[in-house]
Amino acid sequence: MTPTPTTPTPTTPTPTPSLEANPRLGQWMTIEPDGRVVVRSGKVELGQGVLTALAQIVAEELDVDPARVVMVATGTDGSPDESYTAGSLSVQHSGSALRAVCAQVRVLHLAEAAAGWGVTPDALEVVDGTITAPDGRRTSYWEQVRVLSLDREVAPGARAKRPGAYQVVGRSMPRLDLPDKVAGRPRFIHDLRPAGMLHGRVVRPPSRGAILASVDEAAARRVPGVVAVVRDGSFLGVVAEREENVLRALAALRSGCVWKEEDSLPVERDLAGFLVSAPTQETVLSDTGATAGSPGGSRSVRARFFRPFLAHASLAPSCGLAVWEGDRLAVWSHSQGVYRLRASISRSIGLDPEQVVVQHVEGAGCYGHNAADDAAFDAVLLARAVPGRPVQVVWTREDELSWGPLGPAMVVDIEADLDEAGRVQRWVHDVWSNGHASRPGPPSSPLLAATQVEAAETAMPAGDPPLQNGGGSGRNAIPLYDFPRQLVRTHRLTTMPLRTSALRALGAHLNVYAIESVVDQLAVLAGVDPVEYRLRLLTDERARAVLCAAAERAGWGSGDRGPDVGLGIGLARYKNRGAWCAVVAEVEAEASVRVRRLTVAVDVGLVVNPDGVVNQIEGGALQALSWTTKEQVRFDTRTVTSRTWEDYPILTFSEVPPVDVVLLDRPEYPSLGAGEASIGPTAAAVGNALFAATGLRVRTLPLTPANVVAAMD
Amino acid sequence: MTLVVNGSRHEVECDPDTPLLYVLRNDLGLVGAKFGCGLGLCGACNVLVDGHPVHSCDTPVWSVEGKEVTTVEGLVTDGRPHRLQETFAEQQALQCGYCTAGMLVTCAALLEREPGVEEAGIRRALDGNLCRCGAHNRIVRAVLDARTNES
Repeated sequence: MTPTPTTPTPTTPTPTPSLEANPRLGQWMTIEPDGRVVVRSGKVELGQGVLTALAQIVAEELDVDPARVVMVATGTDGSPDESYTAGSLSVQHSGSALRAVCAQVRVLHLAEAAAGWGVTPDALEVVDGTITAPDGRRTSYWEQVRVLSLDREVAPGARAKRPGAYQVVGRSMPRLDLPDKVAGRPRFIHDLRPAGMLHGRVVRPPSRGAILASVDEAAARRVPGVVAVVRDGSFLGVVAEREENVLRALAALRSGCVWKEEDSLPVERDLAGFLVSAPTQETVLSDTGATAGSPGGSRSVRARFFRPFLAHASLAPSCGLAVWEGDRLAVWSHSQGVYRLRASISRSIGLDPEQVVVQHVEGAGCYGHNAADDAAFDAVLLARAVPGRPVQVVWTREDELSWGPLGPAMVVDIEADLDEAGRVQRWVHDVWSNGHASRPGPPSSPLLAATQVEAAETAMPAGDPPLQNGGGSGRNAIPLYDFPRQLVRTHRLTTMPLRTSALRALGAHLNVYAIESVVDQLAVLAGVDPVEYRLRLLTDERARAVLCAAAERAGWGSGDRGPDVGLGIGLARYKNRGAWCAVVAEVEAEASVRVRRLTVAVDVGLVVNPDGVVNQIEGGALQALSWTTKEQVRFDTRTVTSRTWEDYPILTFSEVPPVDVVLLDRPEYPSLGAGEASIGPTAAAVGNALFAATGLRVRTLPLTPANVVAAMD
Repeated sequence: MTLVVNGSRHEVECDPDTPLLYVLRNDLGLVGAKFGCGLGLCGACNVLVDGHPVHSCDTPVWSVEGKEVTTVEGLVTDGRPHRLQETFAEQQALQCGYCTAGMLVTCAALLEREPGVEEAGIRRALDGNLCRCGAHNRIVRAVLDARTNES
């Protein structure tokens, strides 16, 4: 593709989608007389450290000590609506909005002081919120709050600071949430213990689409402290005073159920065959003349790639808390989008959105659309049976791994036609996948329990975000390389045997794996070093820079690493419009694939918090390594069977290699999200390193010994 | 039943088979230890019993009567955080932090047992503690630092 032009950061804030939707200054912040700056963002803490980065931006633009900044968790009773916290866009969207808001607030305060003193604002200085005139007169933001209202429209024109003047942004400020977490203080939704709280649990069906024919509740009701058994269609749950008793009642209830079940899932062993033969909707993402005319090459390389369904596998099962007070409903959730969740709940339950408040509380790490929203709705349905008492629902580990939305299984076919000299003349990339987006919120998909109640809502097969939002199945399917004729298509399944939705990086994981594998293969065919081969195909300077930085740091091309050891490289620009990232993996392959080191180079534009970016990049790389080498959702013809950490193993400490991250600081360019950038390149680097170590192109993920053996000719 | 947790005696009324985790979180208000899987496979619920890490999610409360239970909250002595809590902060050794309490108590026991433990030993000791965010290497560095500074 043509490299996307990038422009340096303008110092005058430009409108952001977040500001357009929330145009009043007072929606974003309040300055308190006691010297605190209370900031309301619509983006939520998912374990990625976003609140810390946003606080840095606020402190920087306002010229206040970061310790004064109080980041308020998002709630529908007063926070700006910034839709979902997703897509690695929080610093881009909320950060830009807050930068603009703070620049304007600073100007307003200076103008207020200047007018009172009869001087020009330019003559004033601000240090930690205290404004000083040349003659020594002083005031402060907090002294001015009585006369200066922020209840006004955001106006363009206030100049934000130049990055060269930054004092707080660009520093590795410690995470704001860390002190609570290392001390074990309540911080997570699971830790909430409002007065009178009850414990709720839900019986999920034994298989997909199972109908609850009958239930004997007697044994469950005999468990001490059981307050309610709730049945609505095939939705079944129980509420009790004590947690250990609600679990006993859950087991009793489960054994009292009679379900009507039938086979509904494809055969796991032939999942790839199912994906390419199921009914699909085709979308052409790019066609630069590849369909016209002849194949136009003297030889072709064709390859099929596959990844299985993947689970989010967060360390905490999803949790929701709800209380009904008359016709008003309060909900606490670790949702990525509290306003969308409110819309979904209120529609399903028949309330006006104004009657429902959804408050964000942190959960464990969130890597996409997990079961947080579903757990919240479970709590709503159970709490309805016990008005006035809060009910906390925690999913079981088994339900978390099997009933949460899954990252879709995918097939990618690539066909590259080459001329006599080995140059690519035509490149065709086809993706088969379920959609990567079924987030709650009208008019899209219902919450899980809403599909199980008597008046069930129908779950539509997941869709894909449009390419201008980064795409879903087709995310990163368009190569960065300058291939003359290319055709890129997605084939999104219009049937959805297992519920799928957004998992970190969406389709980029397999698309990048596949593209980089074929490019690597072409380099070998051409007898050219894989890094050099890529450089010949790349005009995007920032892509070239991360590629070279990763290769150089990893010692590419130097030294003998011994038998069965190989280096591989992977490169992508996330969503073709986000951060640039290149990874070198060093793999040792004997009985199994062991990754000995990962070297990552990344360009996220202006870095707000260097250690925060490194943490995200490193975390993304290790999660991708886990997916790529170990993970696979297992299922039979009725349901998901990988339900514990034994059936769904993830990377352990002894398997984690050193990760060396090189950060290319580009303060002159806008900040880009870091959370998902390293996923595709890491997967690709490991696959290519496995080839370097063994001579095998393994195209079926995960790279287990069985799949490696199966790839032998 | 009488429990000794973080040096304090507590009377609790519950079924003796109740998992220790629920007593800690729901009766004693010590929410540092977390529920992760209920099967002792992830380490998020780890606490120390007489100095040994155990999975509190599948340890019945009757089995710890008369023993010393230490949770992450109890790593603080005289208001001073444990050296590991300091090094975790210095290394920013977490992302979401849900696994942190279990990591801290497991490592506190490790350093008591083996003050000069090497990196491979730290990793082995933590193989029963899962981290999904990819903070592993930071956690290992924090434990290495705590070791150096204690010796």
